[in-house]
Amino acid sequence: MTGFPTLLQKEVLRFWKVSFQTVAAPVLTTLLYLLVFAHALAAHVEAFPGVPYREFLIPGLAMMAMLQNAFANSSSSLIQSKITGNIVFILLPPLSPLDLFAAYLGASIVRALVVGLGVFAATAWIVPVPVSHPGWALAFALAGCGMLGALGIVAGIWAEKFDQLAAFQNFLVMPLTFLAGVFYSTQSLPPFWRAVSKLNPFFYAIDGFRYGFFGQSDVDPATSLAFATAAFAVLSWITLAMLRRGYKLRH
Amino acid sequence: MLAVEARGVHKRYGAVRALAGVSLEVRQGEFFGLLGPNGAGKTTLICALGGLARADEGTLSVMGHDVVRDYRESRRALGIVPQEIVFDPFFTVRETLRLQSGYFGLRRNDAWIDELIERLALKDKADANMRSLSGGMKRRVMVAQALVHRPPVIVLDEPTAGVDVELRQTLWAFIRSLNAAGHTIVLTTHYLEEAQQLCTRIAMMKEGRIVALDSTARLLTDFSERVLRVKLEGSELPASLARGATQDAAGAWRIPIADVAHVEEALRELRAAGAAVASLEVAEPELEEVFVKIMRREERPAAP
Repeated sequence: MTGFPTLLQKEVLRFWKVSFQTVAAPVLTTLLYLLVFAHALAAHVEAFPGVPYREFLIPGLAMMAMLQNAFANSSSSLIQSKITGNIVFILLPPLSPLDLFAAYLGASIVRALVVGLGVFAATAWIVPVPVSHPGWALAFALAGCGMLGALGIVAGIWAEKFDQLAAFQNFLVMPLTFLAGVFYSTQSLPPFWRAVSKLNPFFYAIDGFRYGFFGQSDVDPATSLAFATAAFAVLSWITLAMLRRGYKLRH
Repeated sequence: MLAVEARGVHKRYGAVRALAGVSLEVRQGEFFGLLGPNGAGKTTLICALGGLARADEGTLSVMGHDVVRDYRESRRALGIVPQEIVFDPFFTVRETLRLQSGYFGLRRNDAWIDELIERLALKDKADANMRSLSGGMKRRVMVAQALVHRPPVIVLDEPTAGVDVELRQTLWAFIRSLNAAGHTIVLTTHYLEEAQQLCTRIAMMKEGRIVALDSTARLLTDFSERVLRVKLEGSELPASLARGATQDAAGAWRIPIADVAHVEEALRELRAAGAAVASLEVAEPELEEVFVKIMRREERPAAP
């Protein structure tokens, strides 16, 4: 029996014990985005034909919150353990690089899914959103959150101080999520920015996730899933390589 | 099979040479002391043993398992109590121990966890959050965490630094009983009386090298001696006693004595010389003296 299930359990407990901050807060932030943007833009934008803007907004906002929380969970857990020093309790047992990777990733995905469900639960009574292809929605949720969970492990291992992690979050994760077509369809962008958006792996996660709800998207969902999965696979490979080498963990 | 084996271990951190070719063997069941000044490389060696650091060169093994190639087996055989007090503020004492047990793949381990809690006098705090514990209590939990998988080899890196007398006694009683039950103990400490009382064999390190390695008894006879410690008031030490005598920092004379008969002789000579004796005691060989002598011997000539 390996230590993986226990480490996963510990990582889930870690955010669950402070779920007011780790789940309720992002759900509230997302609701505020929804109220403000839906009010300000509903009259001007129709992103998808036949889909009211308020409805269009919800899956994208939910996915944005999920991506950010997947990243926040693994990265903040690792940096806290590194800075307080209690990471030794994880490094001394016979946990393999794969055990570590799977546990941190798994907890990130769990937190992201709980946040996502929270967003839908909180908005359902204001704006019910149809779910036309739940399978696609779930596939993109897993691929997108996996991608960000892995990126969080990379950032948590790499960063030596909280401000380095904050820089990673503010200058990479935030811009990439904001510019991933949460608030608009990329079809509405000028051709250059439309092309740039397609270089952003977060875009595929959001666009494909939205397909799961409305059956409409900017890019064919199979193509999006291929891009999102590829990005997840590359980040996982990098993370595992770092863990195998003991980069910044085993000096 | 050896409990711990290091062969030609080198480790460099940038320009700092933390370990410069360390080789040593610790046999099963030993109570082994690893001593040396700060920065000698003791903690680096322990980190390399536990996989917290990677040796640049050389090999290390625990109970015959290479710490890199067979890391799962070697880590299962090893329990390390780290030097710094660290804890996870999200959990209680019992949760912490259950989780630590689970990391080793041990699910139903509550009987042993209860025993650890009992024997380390943590019962009152078992369900308290780690954050609320005093430093000494946190240290006890760290000891319990290191023992949760019943490792045959236990490494304690300065476990009594800044710890009160009561804990020190509880801790040593427990560690001694583990040693008596067959566990191998490796200890680093700056309290040399502790090392002298507990350890059967001792390695001394300086600047990343092992500079002495022998049984405690042998080190004491080779580098220390029984002395008559005499403080005189104003008068000179009689010439017959001056040979081999040294004066310590407090101004007292340390006169080497082989046996009790020699003490009587020395007293007679002091009396005959009319020396005014302020204080007088027989001091047994001390590890501290051994340590100081060995460290001094290893001092490099100052650069010109």
